[in-house]
Amino acid sequence: METNVGNPILNIAIFGAFVLVTMVIVFRASRNNKTAADYYAAGRSFTGPQNGAAIAGDYLSAASFLGICGAIALNGYDGFLYSIGFLVAWLVALLLVAELLRNTGKFTMADVLSFRLKQRPVRIAAAITTLVVCFFYLLAQMAGAGGLVSLLLGIPDRVGQSIVIAVVGALMIVYVLVGGMKGTTWVQIIKAFLLILGAGVMTVWVLAINGFNLSTLLDRAVETAGTDAILAPGLQYGLSDVSRLDFLSLGLALVLGTAALPHVLMRFYTVPTAKEARRSVVWAIWLIGIFYVFTLVLGYGAAALIGADVIRAAPGGANSAAPLLAFELGGPVLLGVISAVAFATILAVVAGLTITAAASFSHDIYGSVIKKGNPAPGSEVKVARRTVLVIGVVAIIGGIAANGQNVAFLVALAFAVAASANLPTIVYSLFWKRFSTRGALWSMYGGLASAIILIVFSPVVSGAPINEATGLSTSMIQGVDFHWWPLSNPGIVSIPLAFLLGFLGTITDRKREDAAKQSEMEVRSLTGIGAEGATQH
Amino acid sequence: MGNDAHDTGTANVDFAAVQSSPRFQTLRRRHRSFVFPVLALALVWYLVYVLLAGYAPEFMATPVVGRINVGLLIGLGQVVTTFVITMLYVSYANRRLDPIAAEIRSENGGER
Repeated sequence: METNVGNPILNIAIFGAFVLVTMVIVFRASRNNKTAADYYAAGRSFTGPQNGAAIAGDYLSAASFLGICGAIALNGYDGFLYSIGFLVAWLVALLLVAELLRNTGKFTMADVLSFRLKQRPVRIAAAITTLVVCFFYLLAQMAGAGGLVSLLLGIPDRVGQSIVIAVVGALMIVYVLVGGMKGTTWVQIIKAFLLILGAGVMTVWVLAINGFNLSTLLDRAVETAGTDAILAPGLQYGLSDVSRLDFLSLGLALVLGTAALPHVLMRFYTVPTAKEARRSVVWAIWLIGIFYVFTLVLGYGAAALIGADVIRAAPGGANSAAPLLAFELGGPVLLGVISAVAFATILAVVAGLTITAAASFSHDIYGSVIKKGNPAPGSEVKVARRTVLVIGVVAIIGGIAANGQNVAFLVALAFAVAASANLPTIVYSLFWKRFSTRGALWSMYGGLASAIILIVFSPVVSGAPINEATGLSTSMIQGVDFHWWPLSNPGIVSIPLAFLLGFLGTITDRKREDAAKQSEMEVRSLTGIGAEGATQH
Repeated sequence: MGNDAHDTGTANVDFAAVQSSPRFQTLRRRHRSFVFPVLALALVWYLVYVLLAGYAPEFMATPVVGRINVGLLIGLGQVVTTFVITMLYVSYANRRLDPIAAEIRSENGGER
C-alpha cells in the first residue's frame, strides 16, 4: 500500500466539525472563568462521571489508541501485556491518592507535597518535576502529530506537516486560553466519548464478522500471520534476560507513574468533594478498562483482516493498523471519523498538559514562591495565561523539531519520572508522620536525576544495534555510542532509589517538621474538613 | 504560609485533638487496613503476570478453549480483578469510611 487510503478532505472536514463544536462549547464555558478556582479547577463544578470521562480523555492518548492497536496487530500478545499496566495503575490512584489529594490540595500537586513541609524548597522541586513530566509528554504528543498527519491527511512533506503541527498547537492555545480548565475538560469529555464510541463500533463490527467468537478471530489472525507466536508473549519485547528486566522496569513505571502524573492529579480538583473524586476514578477505570479490551479485539482484528506485512509497509507503520482497519470495515467515512478522533485525542491531551504546566508555574513558582503566597488579585491567572502562550509556542517548535525523530520513548520516560520523582513523596507525605523536608527533596531530585541520567546513558539515546533493514540504529542519536545502562527503562532502579532516598533523607534529618501541620494534613486528608467546595455563580 | 487553603473556615478546628480522638483513629485504621493490603495484593498479582509473561511464555501459550490461551485469560483476569477491587473499595468506603468522616466533619464546623 504505497498511497494513503481514504479521503483526506473528508478526514479534515470531520475533524473541522469536531473543532467547531468544541470551540462553541469552550466559548460558552469561558463565561464563568473569573477566579483562579475557575481557571485552574473549573470552579470544582464537574460531577464524578463527567470528570471520569475527562480523565479517560486525558489519559487515552493517540499512543494508547493507535500505538497499542498497532503493537497488537504486529506483535500480538506483547501489545496487550503493555496495555494492562496502564489500567492496573489506576488502583494506586483510587486507593492511595485521589481522595486524599482532593481533600488536602487546591490546584496543583505541589499544594499537597508542600502542605506540612518547608513551602519554598518543596514547592520549587514539585514544580520542576511537574514541568519536566509535562514537557516530555507534550513533546511526544506534538512530534507524534507529525506522523499522524502523513498517515491520515496524506501530507508526506515536512513543511506541510510542520504547518499542521503549528495548527494543532494554535488550536490548543485557543482552547486553554479561552476555556481554561472548564474548556479543556469539555474537550476531553467529548473526545473520550467519540474515541470509546468509535472503538466500540469497530470492536462489535470485528466480532460480528467473526461470529462473536474471540477464538475464531484469533484463529484468523494466526492464519493471516502464518504463526501462532502472536498469541504468546515474547514477539515485541523478546525473551532475553535484558528484555525481561526491561519490561519489568517499564511495567513498574506504568503502574506507579500514573497516580503521580501531574495532569492526572490536577483533574481531581475539578470536582466538589473527595467522594466525587472517588467516583471520577471509578468511571475512569471502567472506561479505560473497557477501552483496552476493545484495543485487544481491534489489534487482532487488524492482524486478521489487514495483516502485519501490509501494516508495516503503510505510511505510519504500526500506527496505521487502526486507521487501515477502519477503512477496511467502514470505508472512507469510518476512516474519517477515526482519523478525526485521533486528532481530537492529540488536542485534548496537549491541552490538559498545557494547563497543568501553566498552573504549576503560575501557582507554585509565581504565586507561592516569587509572591510568597500573596499575589495581587487576578495576577496569578494572568501569569497562567501568558505561560500557556509560552508553552504553546515551545510545544509547536519542539514538535516541529522532533518530527520524524524517534521520541516514542518520551512517554515511557514521563511515567518513569513521575513514578520516581513524585510518587514516593506523595505517598510519604500522606502516610508517614515523620517524613521531612530533606527526605522530600532528596527523593524528588534524586528520582528525577536518576531517571534522566539512566535514560541518557541507555540504548534509546545511543548505541542500540543497527537494524539491517533500515541501516539505522533505533537510538535517537546515530553513529555514536556512550551507553552503559543496558535497559531502555530506568524505573527498576530510579523508583526504589527515590523511595530509599526519601527514607534516608528523613531519618538523617534532625529537624522535626511542624507536628500541628501533620495533624492538620492527616485530619483534612481523611475527613475533608476545610476542603474547598464548588464555586457558586 | 503559601498554602492559602486556610481561608475555608478551619481557624477554630483543633486538628491535634481531632487527630487523637478515638473516632478519627478508627477512621484512619479502617482506611489503612483496607487500602494497604488490597493494593499490595493487586500489585503482586500484576507482578506475577509480568513475570509469567517474561519467564513462562510456554505456560502462557497453553490453549484453554480453542485459540484462547492461559496468557489471554490471565490478562483479561487483570482487567476483571481491577474492576472487582474498584467495586469492593467503593462499597467499603460507602459503608465504613464515609459515615464516620461525615460525623467528624459535621462536628468540626463542616456543613456537608
